[in-house]
Amino acid sequence: MSAVGTTDARHRELGLTDSEYELICEHMGREPNEVELAVFSLMWSEHCGYKHSKKLLRTLPTEGPAVVMGPGENAGAVDVGDGLAVAFKVESHNHPSAVEPFQGAATGVGGILRDVFAIGARPIATLDSLRFGEISDSERSRFLLDRAVAGIGHYGNSIGVATVGGEIAFEQPYEHNCLVNAMCLGIAPRERLIRSAAAGVGNHLVLLGALTGRDGIGGASVLASAELGEDEESKRPSVQIGDPFEEKKLLECCLELLDRGLLASLQDLGAAGLTSSSSEMASKGEVGIDIDVSKVPLREAGMEPFEIMISESQERMLCVVEPARLDEVLATCAEWEVRATTIGEVTSTRRLRVLDDGDVVGDMPVEALVEECPLYDLEPERPPAPIYPEPRARLSAEASPEEALLALLRSPGIASKRWAYEQYDSVVGSRTVRRAGSSDAAVLMLAPDGGTGAIAVAIDGNGRRVAVDPYTGAAEAVLECAFNLACAGAEPLGLTNCLNFGNPEKPHIAWQLTEAVRGLGDACRALGVPVVGGNVSLYNEGSEGPIYPSPIVGMVGSLPDPARVPAMGFAREGDAIALIGSFTHSLPGSELWKLQGRLGESLPELDLDAHGEALRVVREAARSGLIASAHDISDGGLACALAECCIAGGMGARIDYHPDHGGPELLFGEGPGGVVVSGAPEAIADLGEMAGEVGFAMIGHAGGDRLEIAAGAARLALPVVELRTVWEHAIPDLLS
Amino acid sequence: MKFGVIRFPGSCDEVDALHACERFGDAELLWHHDRDLHGVDAVVVPGGFSYGDYLRAGAIARFSPVMESVAGFAREGGPVLGICNGFQVLCEAGLLPGALLPNKTLRFVFRQVDLVVENADTPFTRVCAQGDVLSIPAKHQTGCYYAPEPLLDELEANGQLVLRYAPGQNFNGALRDIAGVTNEAGNVMGLMPHPEHAVDPLTGSVDGGRIFESLAMAAAVPA
Repeated sequence: MSAVGTTDARHRELGLTDSEYELICEHMGREPNEVELAVFSLMWSEHCGYKHSKKLLRTLPTEGPAVVMGPGENAGAVDVGDGLAVAFKVESHNHPSAVEPFQGAATGVGGILRDVFAIGARPIATLDSLRFGEISDSERSRFLLDRAVAGIGHYGNSIGVATVGGEIAFEQPYEHNCLVNAMCLGIAPRERLIRSAAAGVGNHLVLLGALTGRDGIGGASVLASAELGEDEESKRPSVQIGDPFEEKKLLECCLELLDRGLLASLQDLGAAGLTSSSSEMASKGEVGIDIDVSKVPLREAGMEPFEIMISESQERMLCVVEPARLDEVLATCAEWEVRATTIGEVTSTRRLRVLDDGDVVGDMPVEALVEECPLYDLEPERPPAPIYPEPRARLSAEASPEEALLALLRSPGIASKRWAYEQYDSVVGSRTVRRAGSSDAAVLMLAPDGGTGAIAVAIDGNGRRVAVDPYTGAAEAVLECAFNLACAGAEPLGLTNCLNFGNPEKPHIAWQLTEAVRGLGDACRALGVPVVGGNVSLYNEGSEGPIYPSPIVGMVGSLPDPARVPAMGFAREGDAIALIGSFTHSLPGSELWKLQGRLGESLPELDLDAHGEALRVVREAARSGLIASAHDISDGGLACALAECCIAGGMGARIDYHPDHGGPELLFGEGPGGVVVSGAPEAIADLGEMAGEVGFAMIGHAGGDRLEIAAGAARLALPVVELRTVWEHAIPDLLS
Repeated sequence: MKFGVIRFPGSCDEVDALHACERFGDAELLWHHDRDLHGVDAVVVPGGFSYGDYLRAGAIARFSPVMESVAGFAREGGPVLGICNGFQVLCEAGLLPGALLPNKTLRFVFRQVDLVVENADTPFTRVCAQGDVLSIPAKHQTGCYYAPEPLLDELEANGQLVLRYAPGQNFNGALRDIAGVTNEAGNVMGLMPHPEHAVDPLTGSVDGGRIFESLAMAAAVPA
């Protein structure tokens, strides 16, 4: 037992408050020793304990007809028909990526893959949502982008899981705190899904995979739960190193073990390593666990018991095995050349006991570790004045519509991301019907798994708009994903989210977080899309201030016929072009205003029910084959959406759009819920009939080699080849 | 006829290759420990990162037990197709001439490319005609084909240059735009692009199927 004087100083170093430390002593009935203090500090960190966010997260809707597994498991899962379930989750790896972008992003992918195969699903696709500072201004942001994309590609390509989509945005508030959110989808026969609750007193606890080293020690508390400061260099030893080959073997081995019914439960080792995986397995199973750290295969000699317990070495899984099946498990692991070691057993004590060659070096009640982590009420307060500086102006307010459109297509947030997605294998697995850059949502067919239809998936979030209006901006992220899915004909089944925010102990951040979660919840309820899991990344701020509040939404839906998915670009000369949706496009929070150096102070109110109706119409139009193309209006407004349809289709368009009201925002105003569709003129006329109460306007025809727009008083005409050149070259030019 | 698709630890595209083969014949996976080729009529060495490829692409896989049997099978004239990592493995094993170097950009690149059939008189291209263009995805970091100039002349003279990148499509810097080559006997071919990912119109193109179709035909009716 350590002396009081040393541990009470230690607990603050480990991120525990004095009152939390007292609470620990109360649960223990004594002061914790070093091992126990290390374990508590991690389990009670924001990253593992969600102590500032759990109460808010409980307000989100989590139930729906398709939900197979909801929040609380390693990943959520929804039923996609044909006896198949799709598991998915998004998770952040922000602070590791800010410290070492290649390994930080790579292990972010590795971690989210393990979450998905931990529940028995084969990972089939990943998507990434990335945020950096302005690459036009910052060498450091260009470096972070370059290395993070390389890291994502390295891990995903090597392990053979397709990277099918994602999004990248650049804003000054991410300059010192980039965001790397990775989402993974997996597929499994419904009955193969497995939960992580440890079961069966006397069963073996078997550690699978890589050796345990000192990498990532304290990652969950040091990196994920405190603000990044000036001394990032000194935190580099806390970043884990990825080994996709080890994980590939581990993945195939675990899926074979599950196929053969050899495991009682399975859990991945993520943040806080053995500590959190064993505590959570024991808590869910209402049992105890004994772990003998002397049995854990180590990569380096002389590791302390507490280091072994909290190591974040990658590519490890923990499973529970009945004694009678142990030999078969070990033989299967040997066949896959995966290390497997019995390191403990399931007990009836409901305590997590840490042994070192038989000597007890830690003994803690599981309930205190997992269930008793104190939960804090936020103290939200709307800031009296804007907390973010206006962005740097790059475009004159006097610019012509042509100049504005070219500037928007050149801005890195809108410009082609081909430079990034060409570094990713998007087709391995033979499921990818729509690759990155060819559709608003990625589309994956279920045929290789014995299904008939397909799933569509999108990931989205716009921090700038959430900064302008946290409630509406967050709800818009849900709508944006839903419209992306609708453009492919998919009906949403569930969503996952990653809440990337600043320090929630500050009232203005607490306000952003509270409002954003309220917006997410309202949008999910209005559209009937349950939240099946997610992740929270708080304390994303440094001396320069907080990041833009960045709720990232990943949504999965299903569609019956992958052969009918419309294109993104205009498909045939002479096709009619129409605009569907009940939207209000406005300039505050838009990309155009950003280029002009303005942020804005509010977003137009949303009519969520009307958007729900529009989604139904777009989805039905896509499924029925009436439309040849569909693309939703997003960053840069209608003009950018039309330009993207022209570039993707390799043809021009002539647009006449004169609604009753509307001024300069017609071209470049933004807002969710507007979709540009095209198709045979008679089919588009039929669609107008189908639209009913939903807004519908015939706005022009595809063809020629120029984009010509007359919208209200505004006029714009540019050759498609010029649009394409500017859009395609912007990012490669900045990086070369 | 039956295809055998090798599976090393770290293979990524072996199941895709298996399914592509199954469109044209029977097919089964062959595990890297297994010296027995299970009586297959053609062998596919698939893409991926065999054994992690941390040392050099294909450098470890060539020493696996199954590759000893594949080498024997090839010496006896059995058709062997190496795709991407499989091409690298076959070069490392000395079953194909030349070597694959890192792409000139030093980056992994995924891109749909057009390939021109230079020699249609091989077990891998017999359903094609010379000059046909095949649209097939390529995805690799180490695909820059290299051989000394005299050897390249020889390969060209012997008709061993079976597939070339169409003009403007060679992103990896391969000498003479070489995408696929055979051994001297013509029964072993390696190519960097992935024909197994071009067998279904829904996923992009069906042109890769012609390579498997050729192989199935060649194995059933040797030329």
